[in-house]
Amino acid sequence: MEISLSINGGVRSFDVEPRTLLVHLLRDEAGLTGTHIACETTTCGACTVLMDGQAVKSCTVLAVQADGAEVTTIEGLAENGKLHPLQEQFWEKHGLQCGFCTPGMILTAAQLLERNSDPSEEEIRHGIEGNLCRCTGYEHIVDAIQAAAADMKK
Amino acid sequence: MAKAPEAPKFIGSPIKRRDDPRLIQGLAHYVDDIQLPDTLHLAIVRSPYGSAAIKGVDTSKAEEAPGVVAVYTAADLAGKIGPVPVAGLVPDAKVPTQPILASDQAKFAGEPVAAVVADSRYGASDAANLIEVDYEARDAVVDLEKAALPGSPKVHDEYDDNIAFKWQLAAGDVDKGLKEADVVVKQRIVNGRVAPIALEPRGVVAHYLPGEDKMTIWTSTQVPHKVRTFVAGQIGMNENRVRVITPEVGGGFGSKLNIYREEALTAYITRELGLPVKWIESRSENFLATIHGRGQVGEVEMGLMKDGTVTTVRYKVLADCGAYYQLLTVAIFTLTGLMLPGPYKIQNVDTDVTGVFTNKIATDAYRGAGRPEATYVLERMMDIAAAELGMDPAELRRKNFPDKSEFPFPTAAGLSYDSGDYHLTLDKALENADYADMRREQEEGRKNGRYLGVGLSTYVEICGMGPSAAMGGQGWESARVRVEPGGKVTVFSGASPHGQGQETTFAQIVADGLGVPVEDVEVIHGDTDSVPFGVGTFGSRGTAVGGAAVVIARDKVRDKMAKFAAMKFEAAASDIDFAGGKVFVGSAPEKSADFAEIAAMAYTAVPLPPDTEPGLEETHFFEPPNFTFPFGAHVVLVEVDPETGVVKILRYIAVDDVGNIINPLLVEGQIHGGIAQGTGQALEEEMLYDSGGQPINASLMHYALPKSTLLPRMELESTVTPTDVNPLGAKGVGEAGTIGSTPAVVNAVIDALSPFGVRHIDMPVRPERIWRATAEKRA
Repeated sequence: MEISLSINGGVRSFDVEPRTLLVHLLRDEAGLTGTHIACETTTCGACTVLMDGQAVKSCTVLAVQADGAEVTTIEGLAENGKLHPLQEQFWEKHGLQCGFCTPGMILTAAQLLERNSDPSEEEIRHGIEGNLCRCTGYEHIVDAIQAAAADMKK
Repeated sequence: MAKAPEAPKFIGSPIKRRDDPRLIQGLAHYVDDIQLPDTLHLAIVRSPYGSAAIKGVDTSKAEEAPGVVAVYTAADLAGKIGPVPVAGLVPDAKVPTQPILASDQAKFAGEPVAAVVADSRYGASDAANLIEVDYEARDAVVDLEKAALPGSPKVHDEYDDNIAFKWQLAAGDVDKGLKEADVVVKQRIVNGRVAPIALEPRGVVAHYLPGEDKMTIWTSTQVPHKVRTFVAGQIGMNENRVRVITPEVGGGFGSKLNIYREEALTAYITRELGLPVKWIESRSENFLATIHGRGQVGEVEMGLMKDGTVTTVRYKVLADCGAYYQLLTVAIFTLTGLMLPGPYKIQNVDTDVTGVFTNKIATDAYRGAGRPEATYVLERMMDIAAAELGMDPAELRRKNFPDKSEFPFPTAAGLSYDSGDYHLTLDKALENADYADMRREQEEGRKNGRYLGVGLSTYVEICGMGPSAAMGGQGWESARVRVEPGGKVTVFSGASPHGQGQETTFAQIVADGLGVPVEDVEVIHGDTDSVPFGVGTFGSRGTAVGGAAVVIARDKVRDKMAKFAAMKFEAAASDIDFAGGKVFVGSAPEKSADFAEIAAMAYTAVPLPPDTEPGLEETHFFEPPNFTFPFGAHVVLVEVDPETGVVKILRYIAVDDVGNIINPLLVEGQIHGGIAQGTGQALEEEMLYDSGGQPINASLMHYALPKSTLLPRMELESTVTPTDVNPLGAKGVGEAGTIGSTPAVVNAVIDALSPFGVRHIDMPVRPERIWRATAEKRA
């Protein structure tokens, strides 16, 4: 099937099997390997991308469902070479270790801050509950999101 | 000897990680991100039965499927690929041969039976579904205790029973100790099987170039050189024709300290077919076919005197090996024996291990690897004993610690604890917790039907693994430090970090010693064609052993550089100093040159100082004289709702001592993650099987990995008791949190339930178990 979607601001067309998952389209066809696959069951959030502004788990979205959509992946978050405040603060606060969950975690956090510019710690913990991290124990991730929220209000 | 700069500038600083920019932008390359042209994709057909005879494999439909290039069964591989390697065995262990593909019998659910190679990921998966295997189910051996009984169905027909090995470590006189003790407490304790769940599953890309006769294997491993040696042997290549690269590795936790079937299989197939071959593990495969951790069921007896002196511990334990050993399956259980005395002056100890085969994937190293099991058993018993004696659990622990003046402290298990101040970490933890207040709050709560529990654990761990003699070989680590002609510095490490951050900490170590900016130091690891032969990252050894090698290699380079500077300044090499990007004469600082200028001299090599070779590149293989022994105390406050069984962790206080700290930010991160992982085992995590040996929670929908809401903000503090085992004085931190947390959390829950007469609940302490344990008293 022919589909066309905007990925990180550039419109691209693909001929895909109907069963192709969005994550495989992004990784294998568009060459954007920053979106990771870790559970295949919409549980861990490593594959999270923004689709029309909504955080979705791209391992259970069909590529054809993204036809006509605007998709933002981790590679598209920095603007003109300047890191997004969340990227800056994940770095600053040591919000990652092995880094495998990080792209999805950052994109989930981006949506969280979009909806709530001043979240409490509890709201952050609840907001990232659908993203699993095995390395950090989440505390530095929470710190990073709080700090990014503060930066984004400046 | 040249002098080091006086005050460390980078060591001890919370420097941001240098690997992060690529990770936070999605620009790093994990194995599945290696995309070579014309790559073929490998899919594996796995047994759905815990135990089954394989009567036939029909591959005909798969062979005709679109895009399929090759199909392999055990018959195709006979004599072509050697079995999966094992090491760390004990005498008289039965060692079953683990094939690459099962031939006549599948011995665990998930065991590879056939393999399909196709030109696309989906095509390989489709074709794998077309392979028809004729299985005849057999009685599976699932329950560890039943498996050990005479008359149990067998995992391996060739053996008389399921007993894999026996191993005992006894010291002192345990029978006498128990007989003479004023109090003996006993408990059956389960350390369930848990899945390591590195967030990146395993994966392999292999590419063979026939012209060059050169194999490159990208694999998600903690031990690239071990993979190179073993896989080369398995497929009959010389190891110097094989290059193993660990690109970014998305977590390991011990599960990637191994040599798996898929590594040799992928390498074999690329050599057969001449195109790159990729295998990426799915999460369900990861649950089925990547090692599990723990897996012990034991009877514990502890003997104490009335004053609280613990004289004796006996741990008679069944160890769940799975069907086949992986690399260190057997060795892990021996670590439990070495750790059994814990941080206490216990004189009579006996760890009596019976290894048992079951129809499951092997157990092997999982964060802590044998030591959390011992710590858990010991710390549970300390609480049970404290209750029996009517002593405060903190007081009982304190009473049995060696004093700091007694270090190095010889243990009954035969180890020499390097340095410690166990009273200090416990006192600080209790102080930070406001322990007395916690107890008062607990008392008050109980009057109002609110059940708070306070849990303690004090631990010591065996880290910095380790002396080669004690490890059965390869306990060292290597490093090479090269000052480049332009003045930048490159570190080549034999360690293989996979999230720990040694690209940063090793740069800190080298920048300090050479007086250069940390940005000027590049750290290379995980490429066997680049780095010196290395051992890898596991057992809290990356910094304690690998970092020590970096220190010594760095100092060798500095001494050599000083000779060139001494020649230039007509000074003594011993008077040469390094700081601020300059090399200068310490007693006459006006005699100074840029670091880069001296570096260039060594490569120009005209003139050369006497008895000096050109170049600035030095290697060191560091052999540690002992393990290191980090220690600490954790205190947990929980609230348990006996009606629902729900546990809420209200506070988590930890005081850990990991020796000298290179980067406090990264140490904190390691402890956070370890605490979450250990808490997961305590409250949520356990592999469950049906009677046929099929895991029933082999997905992240069903296996409860800790989430962001499990723990409150952790209250951490570090004390610093350096070790003299290595020149950094660092002990290692990778496993501390996991070891300290599991018993502290369980102890807290049991403490909360003491009004219900609950003395012990096995992990994971899930709501249902709590609800059942309190049922009688609630009614």
